[in-house]
Amino acid sequence: MGLKSKDLIGIKALDAADIEQILDTAAGFKDVLGRDIKKVPALRGKTTVNLFYEPSTRTRTSFELAAKRLSTDVINFSVSTSSVVKGESLRDTALTIQALGADFIIVRHSCSGVAHFLANNLDASVVNAGDGTNEHPTQALLDLFTIREKKGIIRGLEVAIVGDILHSRVAKSNIYALKKMGAGVRLIGPPTLVPDVLRDLDVEIYSDMEKGLKGADIVMMLRIQVERQGKGFFPTTVEYFRNWGLTPERLAGAKKSALVMHPGPMNRGVEISSDVADGMRSVILDQVTNGLAVRMAVLYLLAGVRE
Amino acid sequence: MKVVIKNGRVIDPSQGIDGVCDLAIEDGKIKEVKSEKSRGKSQKHENNRGTKEIDASGKLVLPGLVDLHVHLREPGYEYKETIRTGTTAAVRGGITSVCCMPNTNPVNDNSSVTEFILKKAASEGACRVFPIGAITKGQKGEELAEMSIMYEAGCVAFSDDGRPVMDSLMMRRAMEYSRILKVPLISHCEDLALSAGGVMHEGLLSVTLGLKGIPPQAEEVMVARDIALAELTGGRLHIAHVSTEGSVALIRSAKKRGMADVTAETCPHYFSITEEAVGNYDANAKVNPPLRSRKDAEAIKQGLHDGTIDVIATDHAPHHRDEKLGEFDFAPSGISGLETSLGLSMRLVDEGVLTYSGLVEKMALKPSGIIGIDRGTLRPGAEADVVVVDCSREYRVDAGEFLSKGKNTPFGGWTLSAKPVLTISLGRIHEWE
Repeated sequence: MGLKSKDLIGIKALDAADIEQILDTAAGFKDVLGRDIKKVPALRGKTTVNLFYEPSTRTRTSFELAAKRLSTDVINFSVSTSSVVKGESLRDTALTIQALGADFIIVRHSCSGVAHFLANNLDASVVNAGDGTNEHPTQALLDLFTIREKKGIIRGLEVAIVGDILHSRVAKSNIYALKKMGAGVRLIGPPTLVPDVLRDLDVEIYSDMEKGLKGADIVMMLRIQVERQGKGFFPTTVEYFRNWGLTPERLAGAKKSALVMHPGPMNRGVEISSDVADGMRSVILDQVTNGLAVRMAVLYLLAGVRE
Repeated sequence: MKVVIKNGRVIDPSQGIDGVCDLAIEDGKIKEVKSEKSRGKSQKHENNRGTKEIDASGKLVLPGLVDLHVHLREPGYEYKETIRTGTTAAVRGGITSVCCMPNTNPVNDNSSVTEFILKKAASEGACRVFPIGAITKGQKGEELAEMSIMYEAGCVAFSDDGRPVMDSLMMRRAMEYSRILKVPLISHCEDLALSAGGVMHEGLLSVTLGLKGIPPQAEEVMVARDIALAELTGGRLHIAHVSTEGSVALIRSAKKRGMADVTAETCPHYFSITEEAVGNYDANAKVNPPLRSRKDAEAIKQGLHDGTIDVIATDHAPHHRDEKLGEFDFAPSGISGLETSLGLSMRLVDEGVLTYSGLVEKMALKPSGIIGIDRGTLRPGAEADVVVVDCSREYRVDAGEFLSKGKNTPFGGWTLSAKPVLTISLGRIHEWE
């Protein structure tokens, strides 16, 4: 059995077995990445296009490297959303890229639903590298991979996700993935950024960070967009840090073995203190490394669906 | 020319008629409605030469429908719709009078635009067009437009539809001033600060789709404000496209209090579908106000049933295919509604929400009364605006068959049963098999 769709649009459409399969495959590729020769010929002759409508360094680089490690040719296609609104339509751009012979289109866009739209309109495999505030599935998969690697098992863990849940595609994908894999999820943050309706997904919601962190196995911090300050979501980054910044004192309220995660890039002193970010419990750099293996696994498995 | 539509079930709430009758038309006017009994006696002596007879056995015969809320897009957006195509689509949908909203380019905020629309409608229109003028110049909400001059030119109501008058003082002045004309102000109730950036109903679905939500309260705070201002000023207020349970409650209580001259409309999509229609980012289900929850849709039906909501209008908002194809966030709001309105609304009769007479009231008689035109009736002497509806055959909605340029509908593939098969408008008989 394998993945059922030619695309990876979101975690919503996956089931636990799909996730398990991706993580298992990623474990194999992680071994490859530890070798002297880090490249495999698995997808030689295929073409991967990074279609990024939003600036991104880490995700784009990670996909690029993953594709190259699988021996596909990689093209980076960066477009600014504003020029696209006035000029060429999303569909025309995508069809053009497909006409060039792309097998994989990795797309990031500031609008939710774009990955879905492309997947429906293209024969190529579409991988969602983040669409608006909808999903960022490979980030959640690499987070789960990291958790499983460090903790051995995901089921039964208590995972606290802290910050701007409303606007975070990382949080959304993680909520779906963690629930599907049997973990408990707590969302922590100001009520302006943590919608109450998410309780319907069987998660706990806290505005008091100390309460929310109590007994947590994993503390997943989200990047706070500084632009949200002054828009009424919270008064200042100073007050935000006072209430929801992760300090060593607050972390002490979680389990002793608790891990600290962050999808990056971090705002030190806004959502996380440097002591924690660089501390013993931080697995933030492991996340980056694992991202490569997970993205290789995704491309590899999708190629299998297409064949 | 003489026309007799025979043996149809004639529904005309203006005369309290619901029964099998013959409808006689002469020189573009309704001549008489003869019931079965009286018909039997006189028939023999009648001279039927030169009379076109139409057999409507088993079908409904209704006054042509009156749509208070239509975007004809001309002038300025002819690639979306024109007066010709929009009125043709209306007639296909059994609608013989359309009120067109002023958000054209240029905006219908002065009498020359009004005159242009009427001239175009007279030469190219398939049905009567009643323009709605802008409340404020350029729909900017800053200065009153020349309402009485536009009224003289033919405007029947005023609205900044698509853009609410956010400034409460400006809205107060508009309501006060409009009293000299005794015409309604049609309010698009939306607090732009609360709805800012929103593209669908706010709820779990909007959060999980990652789309910015518009809470029902964005509509309700403005409904409450406008009712308060109507009470203050004595102006006539008509609330456009009611979509929420809370709005229905506010309007119900205002009507009960009796201090405000207020009427309200809703649209077929607010009682036929919910936010779920957005599905996986289907921009054809993007509309403003947005499709709401099941609870809201039920409340809208209740509001129609108990008379809180007076009118069913389409808010026909045609767009070009390309505009709905792509990013959901960037797609314009709107549903092409003229050709599905009657079919969808007739479901309310099947569900017991409205009677046939009640439906005709909401879609023909009451809207006529609100803008003060003598339409929506089959009274002798009235314009012969008539629609014959076949409710016996199911059919599939195919947007490709729409006569409107706007194919943007979330109802494609739906099975409906009520279909206009004949419409008489402007003295012309349009027949479809």
